[in-house]
Amino acid sequence: MSGQIGNQPTPPEAEGPLLLDVAEVSKRFPTGKKGWFSGNSRSLVHAVDDVSLTLARGETLGLVGESGCGKSTLVRLLARLTDPTSGSIRFGTRELSAIPAKDFAKDPDRARIQIVFQDAGESINPRFTAADAIADPLRQLQGLSGETLRRKVEEAATLCGLPLELLARFPHQLSGGQRARVGIARAIGPRPDLLVLDEPTAALDVSVQVTILQLLVTLRESLGMSYVFVSHDLNVVRLLCDRVVVMYLGRIVEVGPARAVFDAPLHPYTRGLVAAVPRLDGVRADALRLVGDPKSPIDPDPNACRFHGRCPIGTDRCGVEMPALRRFDGGRQAACHYAEAAPA
Amino acid sequence: MSVATMLAPAVAANAPPPVLEVTDFSVEFRTRSGVVRALDRVAFSVGRGETVALVGESGSGKSVTAYALLGLLDAAGRITGGSAVLEGMELTTASPAALSAIRGKRAAMIFQNPRAALNPIRSVGKQIGDVLRRHAGLGARAAAAGAVEMLRAVGIPDPQRRASAYPFELSGGMCQRVMIAIAVATRPALLIADEPTTGLDVTTQAVVMDIMQKLAAETGMATILITHDLALAAERSGRIAVMHAGHIVEDAPTRTLLLNPRHPYTRRLLAATSTAAGNLSDLRSIPGSLPDLRRDDLPPCRFAARCDRRLPACDQPMVWHDLEPHHRIACWNPA
Repeated sequence: MSGQIGNQPTPPEAEGPLLLDVAEVSKRFPTGKKGWFSGNSRSLVHAVDDVSLTLARGETLGLVGESGCGKSTLVRLLARLTDPTSGSIRFGTRELSAIPAKDFAKDPDRARIQIVFQDAGESINPRFTAADAIADPLRQLQGLSGETLRRKVEEAATLCGLPLELLARFPHQLSGGQRARVGIARAIGPRPDLLVLDEPTAALDVSVQVTILQLLVTLRESLGMSYVFVSHDLNVVRLLCDRVVVMYLGRIVEVGPARAVFDAPLHPYTRGLVAAVPRLDGVRADALRLVGDPKSPIDPDPNACRFHGRCPIGTDRCGVEMPALRRFDGGRQAACHYAEAAPA
Repeated sequence: MSVATMLAPAVAANAPPPVLEVTDFSVEFRTRSGVVRALDRVAFSVGRGETVALVGESGSGKSVTAYALLGLLDAAGRITGGSAVLEGMELTTASPAALSAIRGKRAAMIFQNPRAALNPIRSVGKQIGDVLRRHAGLGARAAAAGAVEMLRAVGIPDPQRRASAYPFELSGGMCQRVMIAIAVATRPALLIADEPTTGLDVTTQAVVMDIMQKLAAETGMATILITHDLALAAERSGRIAVMHAGHIVEDAPTRTLLLNPRHPYTRRLLAATSTAAGNLSDLRSIPGSLPDLRRDDLPPCRFAARCDRRLPACDQPMVWHDLEPHHRIACWNPA
């Protein structure tokens, strides 16, 4: 499926309803320093640890957690920009985890997974015009050129609500909202099945943020894409996502329908996260505060809950027995021994 | 002159004088492409122990207000009118030396990116000590002890050890707490916090804001909280002043502003805030963008071009009036 792929978003193959099936994926980085007492084994940063998740076609999955929780590493794994240490990543009917990231860059399926990066002002080559930026993936991944390329670029720009007369401008000549549109147009140009959005609205004012979010919803419906949406902003995740994955120190602590998770979190970490979000109706006196910082991700104790020590309801058991992700009603999962004890 | 200059600011009778009182404060930047009228007749006041939030989109003049008040404008900017009185001292006409003596002592500021604002090659304890030596006249030993005390006050665990840490060894939230420690070390009367938690995680944001609130309550420090996050302002301030294109368009106690917003821009801003919405389709963007502040024919109401309640009357000179005590607005046709 290389070359002129046309407008078909998804080749009508015998693919199941799941677009992405990630099973027990881990990513560890060696720290470079050898521990004094650990002999020859190097210390490892457990950036992503035993993560499993699925993404249905047309679904939007939110990914939330504090900085350093492994969101970005997971995104890079899903987009196959980096290689997992272990585990499987199935995309459609294909197993992608065994393909080295370097080879995947030349793979025809590269075009089917695209990323919108955080700050389009930073992620677009400053010496590329908007048209160059949008054309680049079409050229590189689909070998388009000339009139076809120009038509495709204009089509992508139009879909993203970017006036064609702005295509000749450089990033610094565009407003924040226009730059965000260029970033999105660049990503949807090759008509991906999966769009990974890494904090696409973090740098925008609220009024612009609204239009970009609404644009994303329109595009998802008209092009039939699935989204993985990474954000710090829980309000935005609640509004945009069908399901949400909450991560803490490399592990998934809670999964479920976005509204259910935010309205009645099962995991104490999610409760702390939700309680910390400022609300227009003012601060609650009994607001739960997560104090302290996460533990080090370097060689964590494999038998202790990662949240142990910072957890308001943890017991000694949490220090010796890692809680597994358990299933709950309503398609929810949580990794806590005491998830049932969640206050309403 | 407009009615605004004749009206006294909204302060109850025989209340103590505010820590900071800003009236008709205007700032311009001279650039090659024309004069940018960045602030136009900005007026607000902050009382002892009070937190006033300045909210608005980027480019609305929130940070310029802070920088101009502390005499930190760059060479192209100048104060063209109005007054700003801090504890009885006029800031707009003060000499650079006088302002320098005030900055860090009576009025302190914390910035958005703490890691960039801290000195990367000096331990955080020394950086806090510097302020104590410069402004409190402490000796080296006393300053070092004071620095540890301040680290403890902002809730940094193991302050004795952390005092010798460098900024790169600390997390973003810890660095911001160090910035707060530096700012409040001399017990300033006024703290200006410019987007103090932008870039921090929500959990860290909550902790940092708790610390600022606690210190303000303990020392009676007045706080100006500059933020683009209306929900954060709602939680943490007693008053909110909404800025748009260099004007304060509405200034009211926080609850009043949220429950009964009267300026069309405030209402638009609230309707665009994701916190309140049940669905994405409930959110409304604000049409248009900020006007070019270099234009000679800048309309008197700088929101007029984006406003759906515009009247012919809106072309008259801008007037600020009090709808009720403590609720000031710049609009001819309030909602």
